[in-house]
Amino acid sequence: MAQAARKSSAKTRADGKSQPYPTAPKPADFTKEQELAAYRGMLLIRRFEEKAGQLYGMGFIGGFCHLYIGQEAVVTGLKMAMADGDQMITAYRDHGHMLAMEMSPRGVMAELTGRRGGYSKGKGGSMHMFSKEKNFYGGHGIVGAQVSLGTGLAFANRYRDNSAVSLTFFGDGAANQGQVYESFNMASLWKLPVIYVIENNRYAMGTSVARSSAETDFSQRGASFRIPGIQVDGMDVRAVKSAGELALEHCRTGKGPIILEMLTYRYRGHSMSDPAKYRTKEEVQKMRSEHDPIEQVKARVIDKKWASEDELKAIDKEVRDIVADSADFAQTDPEPDASELWTDIVH
Amino acid sequence: MPIEILMPALSPTMEEGNLAKWLKSEGDKVTAGDVIAEIETDKATMEVEAVDEGTLGKILIPAGSEGVKVNTPIAVLLQDGESAADIGRNGAAPPQAKPADADTPKQAADDAGGKARQSAEEPTANKDAAKVPAAPKAEAAADPDIPAGTEMVSTTVREALRDAMAEEMRHDQDVFVMGEEVAEYQGAYKITQGLLQEFGPRRVVDTPITEHGFAGVGVGAAMAGLKPIVEFMTFNFAMQAIDQIVNSAAKTLYMSGGQMGAPIVFRGPNGAAARVAAQHSQDYAAWYSHIPGLKVIQPYTAADAKGLLKAAIRDPNPVIFLENEILYGHSFDVPKLDDFVLPIGKARIHKAGKDVTLVSWGIGMTYAVKAEAELAKLGIDVEIVDLRTIRPMDLDTVIASVKKTNRLVVVEEGYPQSSVGDFIANQVSQRAFDFLDAPVITIAGKDVPMPYAANLEKLALPNVGEVIEAVKAVTYRG
Repeated sequence: MAQAARKSSAKTRADGKSQPYPTAPKPADFTKEQELAAYRGMLLIRRFEEKAGQLYGMGFIGGFCHLYIGQEAVVTGLKMAMADGDQMITAYRDHGHMLAMEMSPRGVMAELTGRRGGYSKGKGGSMHMFSKEKNFYGGHGIVGAQVSLGTGLAFANRYRDNSAVSLTFFGDGAANQGQVYESFNMASLWKLPVIYVIENNRYAMGTSVARSSAETDFSQRGASFRIPGIQVDGMDVRAVKSAGELALEHCRTGKGPIILEMLTYRYRGHSMSDPAKYRTKEEVQKMRSEHDPIEQVKARVIDKKWASEDELKAIDKEVRDIVADSADFAQTDPEPDASELWTDIVH
Repeated sequence: MPIEILMPALSPTMEEGNLAKWLKSEGDKVTAGDVIAEIETDKATMEVEAVDEGTLGKILIPAGSEGVKVNTPIAVLLQDGESAADIGRNGAAPPQAKPADADTPKQAADDAGGKARQSAEEPTANKDAAKVPAAPKAEAAADPDIPAGTEMVSTTVREALRDAMAEEMRHDQDVFVMGEEVAEYQGAYKITQGLLQEFGPRRVVDTPITEHGFAGVGVGAAMAGLKPIVEFMTFNFAMQAIDQIVNSAAKTLYMSGGQMGAPIVFRGPNGAAARVAAQHSQDYAAWYSHIPGLKVIQPYTAADAKGLLKAAIRDPNPVIFLENEILYGHSFDVPKLDDFVLPIGKARIHKAGKDVTLVSWGIGMTYAVKAEAELAKLGIDVEIVDLRTIRPMDLDTVIASVKKTNRLVVVEEGYPQSSVGDFIANQVSQRAFDFLDAPVITIAGKDVPMPYAANLEKLALPNVGEVIEAVKAVTYRG
């Protein structure tokens, strides 16, 4: 891990009240089935995103398109820890979240190409997709807005007194938005079951955390609101899952919100038209070659002889076929009917 | 089959670029994600990454080539077991299956998603504009009949609003109220008086003073299926929250293809009260009326306040409910019925007349009503239309009235530029031009920040005299 995860320890506040900063849990080893599931899940996101990038290049996808390549372990590990009924909400780098939440690759890709078979009938695009059925609440284009919305999902869980937890994702950039702290305050005040997952990929668009953030330890951003936080190696799917389990337990036992700062990295630019000149090629290459979340799983699987290269290739082929099918569908499905211009404005 | 690597579009507007540099040579192994070339666009130099694995079989466009069109094959990738001899066999297929009924992928893209880009750049001709499907017409139901003999109870607007919320909260467990001082304090303007005692702190929620945050929390709870009533202490403070109202609440139903919306009511006093100056006196009717996906209600009477707030709470869409501090204490008759609900989007003929149509809503109605009484003494028979709902707007009722009176005056407290009255005047000129016997006059607040000084404040607001003069002008009785 290039960014050393800071070890948190229990601290006592000046007023004597204990501030439970939990220690990042030691990642539990995966079983063979878990490793292979994580491998497949992350590979699906990576191949899907590569294909989306390609379709963008061909003009099939328009507008803004933010790829998740490099960050796959974060959603994959957390989904492995989540239970049925838990909700997910994020900003606009959202394709990986949707696939992790088991939304259909066809529906997501067709939305990217603006076709009628897309999740939003082609009317939302890359940044605006939802699936109530899969408990995915978007897909939001305004930096930070999803944090208040995700807190509202948690409010609804508390109101209904169910055991569901809202996993509210945002980036290191959004972590500087004012409404994030308004939400932290209410979530802690009302003990709402929300996990604030800060995906720290080190760059808010093109501005590094060091240039945009006075406190770069995002796990501590909740300190003023007594929200505990832990830093997690977001490139290691096992570490993510273990931290997710801890955080979910924290929420489900009525202790209120918790922050998971995921130390991760985006390989591609902010969006398709970002040449990423604000960082060195060596930095990107180092992350790819030394910390790639998929390669880490692959190495363990091979090392433990849980699957051969050929067996992994078969998974790769299956994933490629799913992605190719989604791309075929997304290119051949018709655009929405002109009458859709006027539908879904109000109920 | 060998895979062609195409010149990619790297921004929404890119049509061609320069192939600056190859970072791989013919014969090199390539895996997905490897940077293979650099491309210069008019904005930046971008890296091209391989999507597929294989061996770089042939470079078709040499480094240094300029003006390479998007989707031109730039290289050929060989897969396992293929050699350079396979290039050209069967015509190397583009990376993605078949490019839907077109000669090149770029054309296919233009025929499909790419079309939007072009039309954005080139203004559409009239014949294209004519192809835009017409907006469907919304029909609002008529007001419910009030059975003969129904007792009418004199009620303040304040009590009517409280009763509406209490009735809906009794009726539906998913309805709750949140906002600043709504619970323990009993409401900054006492609109939520008694609700905490009846429904408890779970459903009557005091929030910190964080409009942006709690508006977002309310919208999120609505997305999860609850029916929040978010009280703003005044709509002036809702400017802090307007992103959540417009971008999250109003647009999500459309952006989700109808899957997910936000059944939420944002309510509170709007417009000028008395001597609270520029930052606490703005009327937001025109602002919110601009936004598709919102419904906007601005009632005048207590009966309308009650019946429309109940309707707003039941409505599955985000509703902006604009009240007025001065009206809170006004009393009106409210029918004593178990469930008095009024239709959203329906104007009410407040007073029938034949000489001139006076359209207003909310606090604006106070000027209209006083002016009508004065004008009656002059023998001018004014018809007052209380719009009640600003969006969707009941223009049919307005136009039917104008067709009868042939004259129109609109009164509101908001700013004059791009006002609600401007929109009404525009619609009437398009739909009833031949019926007009005089230009439409719109009366609004003056185009100034609200002053504090009592005399200046009075000047900044519309007044009854202005309404009387306007009516005289359109009836040529000056």
